[in-house]
Parts: sequence; structure tokens; C-alpha cells
Amino acid sequence: MAALICEVVYRGIFQKNLAARIARGIVLSARKSGRWGIAFGRYGDSPQRNGIPAKDFAIVADSKEELEQNMARYEPKHVDVTICVDDTLSKGVESWAWYGLQPINRLTVPNGTVLMTSLQSFDELLSDIHKKDAPYKLSLIRAKASFSGLWVYKEDHTEVRILGALAKIAPAFLTLDAVCQAISESEWGSDLKVASARKAFDRIETRDVKITEGNTEIPYSYEMPKWWEMREGVTIPAIPIGKPKEGGQGYVPERNPYFKKYTTRTMRPVIDFDTCVKCNLCWISCPDSCFDVMPDATFDANMEACCGCGVCEAVCPVENCITMVNESVFSDNASQWEMWRKDKGVYKTWLIDKISNKKATARSHGFRFRGQYEEELKQDLDSGGVEIIAGIPGENAQHKTV
Amino acid sequence: MAVDTKAAPAASDEKELLISGSEAVAEGLTLADIDVVTGYPIRPYDTVIQAIAKKIANGQLVAEYIVAEGEHSQFEIVKHASTVGARVFCGSSGVGWAYAMECLVVTPPLRVPMVCLVGNRALDDPGAFGVEHNDALFVRDLGWMLCWIDTSQEAIDTTLIAYRVAEDRRVLLPLAISADGAFLTHSQALTLVPPKEKVDRFLPRYDRGELLLHPDNPITVAPQANEDWVIEIRRQNDEAMKRAVGVIEEAYADFRRVFGRGPENPWFEEYMTEDAEVILVGMGTISLPMKVGIRNMRQQGKKVGLVRLRWFRPFPTEKLVAVLSKAKAVGVVDRDYSFGSPFHSGVVANEIRAAMYNADKRPPLLSFICGLGGREVTLADVDKATDMCFAAAQSGKSDAKTHWLGVRE
Repeated sequence: MAALICEVVYRGIFQKNLAARIARGIVLSARKSGRWGIAFGRYGDSPQRNGIPAKDFAIVADSKEELEQNMARYEPKHVDVTICVDDTLSKGVESWAWYGLQPINRLTVPNGTVLMTSLQSFDELLSDIHKKDAPYKLSLIRAKASFSGLWVYKEDHTEVRILGALAKIAPAFLTLDAVCQAISESEWGSDLKVASARKAFDRIETRDVKITEGNTEIPYSYEMPKWWEMREGVTIPAIPIGKPKEGGQGYVPERNPYFKKYTTRTMRPVIDFDTCVKCNLCWISCPDSCFDVMPDATFDANMEACCGCGVCEAVCPVENCITMVNESVFSDNASQWEMWRKDKGVYKTWLIDKISNKKATARSHGFRFRGQYEEELKQDLDSGGVEIIAGIPGENAQHKTV
Repeated sequence: MAVDTKAAPAASDEKELLISGSEAVAEGLTLADIDVVTGYPIRPYDTVIQAIAKKIANGQLVAEYIVAEGEHSQFEIVKHASTVGARVFCGSSGVGWAYAMECLVVTPPLRVPMVCLVGNRALDDPGAFGVEHNDALFVRDLGWMLCWIDTSQEAIDTTLIAYRVAEDRRVLLPLAISADGAFLTHSQALTLVPPKEKVDRFLPRYDRGELLLHPDNPITVAPQANEDWVIEIRRQNDEAMKRAVGVIEEAYADFRRVFGRGPENPWFEEYMTEDAEVILVGMGTISLPMKVGIRNMRQQGKKVGLVRLRWFRPFPTEKLVAVLSKAKAVGVVDRDYSFGSPFHSGVVANEIRAAMYNADKRPPLLSFICGLGGREVTLADVDKATDMCFAAAQSGKSDAKTHWLGVRE
């Protein structure tokens, strides 16, 4: 009697078909050794909106009865393997209001595995992944986040590389041969994909994570109200009006205290307060009201509220004043304006370091110019098609007027 | 002719008018000083809309009268008006009510105390105008309060009581008053109309409190919610419906105190039930042939009585069981159908079966379907049903069947 439970944590819409393929692949691979399985998505927990963290699950078991035993709940409460196909999710996930911040390794069983696609080092990732009260393994496949969602499926072999790596992690359930057979039989399978799976089996990197390691942040959490504590009439109060910042200057809006939303973010705006012309466009265009108005009338993007959509960068008329930078190069949500106020020279150095990082300013999700898809696939497929840097940073620069 | 046979004595401060059930509702709406009313014509409901239009045209009522392009919009408009604090009225009949179903569904969870008139009408097809209760019964599981009225007097009185109950902060649920098409909506009877001062003592202003949609009270109404919230919202609705029981009793008691008339038992009317061996149960104007039939049978020494159910939601389970348990047999006459239901009975019969399940004493229960599509319920139908009930009383057994009365066979 044994079962293997896997979750696939992905970004809503951007990776929904990728996650579904991985979950199906797990079941079909395990079927090769006569096991029973089910692959499912829980849209209640996966709102399937752009970038919002969501989950698919795959359960395989020795018998139908054992499979049912593991299915008789809304979704698994513990998993043997957490698969994460976007390393910006290592900071935790929050898919709905009142859910709080869920560490990426929260459901992973003691001595289980977190398997991620990432170009970061173990130590870089462990500065983001929360500490866990049990040891586990962190396994990496070298790749950037694949974009295989609602609109386009990027055939960069991420799904088969995950399956190949899983054969290394859980060989009792998925042998490499079974995985390869399942891949070749699938409608999207090919010999090249089988080869990619085998390479991933060889190249997967794994290290043990001790209970002392990881991000020490205490994830925010809430207790759900009882039915008699909830307001009646399906009503929720509006967010109250905000307050001035200092000395009656500036303005900080109140925000939803139960839904911070920032785990939706894959990139964040980095702001040059020295070149800001105080035109208000970022503030007025932000769909999440994430900008706080500072006492000097510049605008600080509040990182607890920013979803990383990039509209501010697009509307900013000043070249390099707002630049979107990948979330992986940041370790906290601290205020940029406060850093700038404290020491402008230090801030300038920090800013230039971030916005001149070509890898970090490349768009990680989506295709931004004609031919990008083909160009990315020209890269080494079994490394996930990385290193696309041309034509992307400051993509709106030609429209900037100031 | 469905005329109340008991002439009510005119109290000094009440006007006596010869008006139909629909016109009586319009009198009630005028006294309740409604703010927004929407109209889309469908027979027999249109009679009330016509009466309200006349009230407004005559300057007797100041209200927004919005002609919608269909029932769906009609109910949406009053729903929104109610959330901003307007006292609203709306209604429909038959398939018009069905067309508004999406709006009817969302009204109870939003706790909108909309008061409606359903001029009961058979559902198409065939295109028909006569009474059946299936239209109003669509919403029986959704958090709508449902009551059936029998006379023009009950129409005006229940309209006032309806706002008092629906708008009570402990309840805040929509309420549909059902009036049998033709028999009540189009029959004029002598009706007492109370003075406005008394109504003002009975009916407080509508106050939604913190649920009011207003710039000074910014709220979001009806956001999307996942599985972590829905069952709690349903439980809130459940509690509101449970609280409605006490609020209804309070309202009727207060109605008697202020107006000096009205029933002691809000839930159902009992007619000659004290010593009855057989009790017939029905809703709406079906009471008229039943009462007359019962009087005839009483002359023949048959101890028959009637329970005319006024309130269907909330359902008066304990009170009804207490009365029906005393009989030797019960005959439930449905003016509706529920195809494929237990025993292929009508809705009321099955509700009463369910209500009686835990009773210590369960007399035999016979189920009848009668008067569909506005077909006359004849004295012969009533006699036949009663005789079958007496046979069951003697044998002590229900026959586990449903009998159609007045159908050509």
C-alpha cells in the first residue's frame, strides 16, 4: 500500500496548461506500472487569473481504494512532492483573500521534495523559501519559468523535464522508462521530448534542506469569520479613505487587510525618484492603487500592494524612471523611497544594479515582440530556452518623451 | 363569484370599498407609501400595475413608476432600488415570473426585502391564464417568504404586514404574496381600507442599517466568493428565515392591536376544525368551494373542517402538525403539481407528509390535485375528496396515491 501525492504550483493562466500536462503525465506514467491515479485542478484554490498562484494535483496509488482514500478531501493536505514551475513563487503563494501567505513548502511532507524550475542558486532560493519545521529536499531543474497557458503553449520541454526529474525523485512510482513511454504515447510527445526527459533525470540537482535553513519571515495569516460574524447581505465594507504621510503631506491609501495579492507579482517596478517629474501618471494608472504619494510628491510603489502588471512603466514619460525588474532579485518588500531618502548615493547604485541587469529585466511571462517565441526555442531546449535579453528591457523607451 | 361571504362591519375610521384583490394590494401599497415600483404587464398580475398607475396619476401616491422591458429587468431594478433604501414593489405571473428567475434567485442572499405580488397563473404551455400555484412555488427553496391570500381584505392587510415582516432587520428577505388569478385578482369585494395614521403606527420606515448602499456608507454588494464563504452565507439566510417565524407572529399581533382586526393565527385559517374527523387542507381561493361544501356536509352530520394555509414559507410545521394530528384523516388539495415527486403528489401534500413524519400521531393522508389551469373546483369535487377521506379514516390507512379531481376521464 503506497501512494504518491504531488502538487503543481503554477501561475494562473500563464501556466495552466503546463501544470495540467505535468499532472496528467504523472498519472499516465504511473499507470505504466499498473497504478491508479487522478489528476485534478481545484479552481476554487486556483482562480486562474493572470499570474495568481494556483495549483493542480496528481495522486497515484497502488489500489483504487487507496486512491479514493487520498481523494476523499477537497485537496491534499500534504504532498510528497511540491512541483513549482515559477521560482518567483518561492516567496509563497496567496491565491484568495483571507488565505494568508502560504509558504511554497507548506504541504510538503517531512523528507519530501520541493522540485523547482529555476536559474537561481540553492542559497538564493532558500533566502526566499520559508523555514520549515521538518527537513526536506530541494531539487532544481535549470530553466526559467515556462509560459504555457491559456493563449499559447511554449514547447520548451518543461513538462517532460519535470517528469524526467520526478523519475529520479520517486522511482518507486515513476520509473524513467515508464515516464519516457508515457511521453512518447502522448499527443504532444516526441523522441526529442523523451530525450529531454532523460537528460533532466541525469541533470536534476538536489540538496537537503535543514530546519534551520530558509526565510525566517512569519507568513501572515487570518482566521476566517464564523457565519454569524460575517456581514449579512453578501456585503463587504469599502476600504476606508487613506491618510497623509508626514506632516500632512502625501497620501497613503488604506488597503484590503485580508488580501495583499503581491504573490501574483513576477516583476516589480524600480523607481528613480531623482528623475521623476511628478506627473501622476503611474499613480492614476495603477489598477491596484499601489502607489503611495510621498511628502515630496513623488510616488512610491508599495510592494505589499503591487501585482507587478507593468502599467506604471508603460505610462511613465521619463526614460528609465520606472523599470520593471524580476522578482527573484529582491528579498523583501521594503520601501524604495525610504531607501532613497536615507542615502541617495547608495540608492542610485542599487537602482543601476537592478535596472541594468539584463536577465532580470527580461519579461519572464509572456511574449512581448514578434518572433520572441521562435527565438527562445532556438536556444538550448533542454535548458528551457533561457537568455533572451534582446529587445526587451525598457521596451517602452522609444515612446518616452522626457 | 369569489366574494367574501362574511360582510365585515365597517369600523368608524375605515373606508369600505368595493375592490378586487389586485386593487386592494394597490391600496395597501399606497398606504405603505412605496418608493419604487416596476411594471411589465402580464395577466393577471397587470391588474395591480394598472391600479398603482391610477393611484400615482391621481396624486394619491408619489413613487417612481418604471416600465421595464421585461420581467428580468423589472426585478433587477427593484432589487437595486431596495439596496439604496427604497421601499419597492414588483411582481408577475406564470412564465413572466419564470423569466425573472435569475433575479429572484439572487434577491434572498442579498437580503433585499422586496415585496411582490404573484398573480398565480398556469405555466405555459399551453398558453393559459387560469390559476395554478406552480409559478410562485418556483422560489420555495431559495429564501423567499411565500404566503397565499384568499380575499381582498386579506390582500390589503397582508400587503401592510408583508413590508413590516420583510423589512424587519432580523429578516430582510423578499416576500411574495400569491393571489389566485381571476378568482381574487379580478373579483371585487367589499374591503375595509384603514386610515394612513393607523398604518403609520404599524409600519415603520424601511431601514437597511449598515447594508444600505449609499455614498456615506460605501460597501460592495455581491462580490465573487469561493467555497470558503458560500455555505456561511446560506446559513445566514437560513437563520433569517427561522427568525421570520417570530417576526411574523409579532407583526400579526401588532396588526390586531393597531387595527382591531385580523387573524389570531397568522399561519393558517381554521374552519370548523375543532371537532373535525376529516380535515381538508388547501391554499388560496380554493377555500370558498371547500367552506361551502363543508357546510353542506355538516348538515348531513359529517364532521369536516378546513385548514387554509396562509404561509407556505416559513412553513408552520409544529402548529400545522398539532392541528392535523387531531384528525382521523387529512386530505390535502393541491392547486399545483410536482411530477415524479413522492406519490406523484402536489407540493403541499408532500410538504405536509414531511412535516408529519416526526409526529406522534399521523392520521391517514390523502393527496388530491384539483383546479389546475383555473378549472373550477366544484362542490362535487369537495364531496368526493371528503368521502374518500372518511373511508381512509375508517380503514386507518393512507392509500399512497394521488387523486386528480375534476379531470375528464
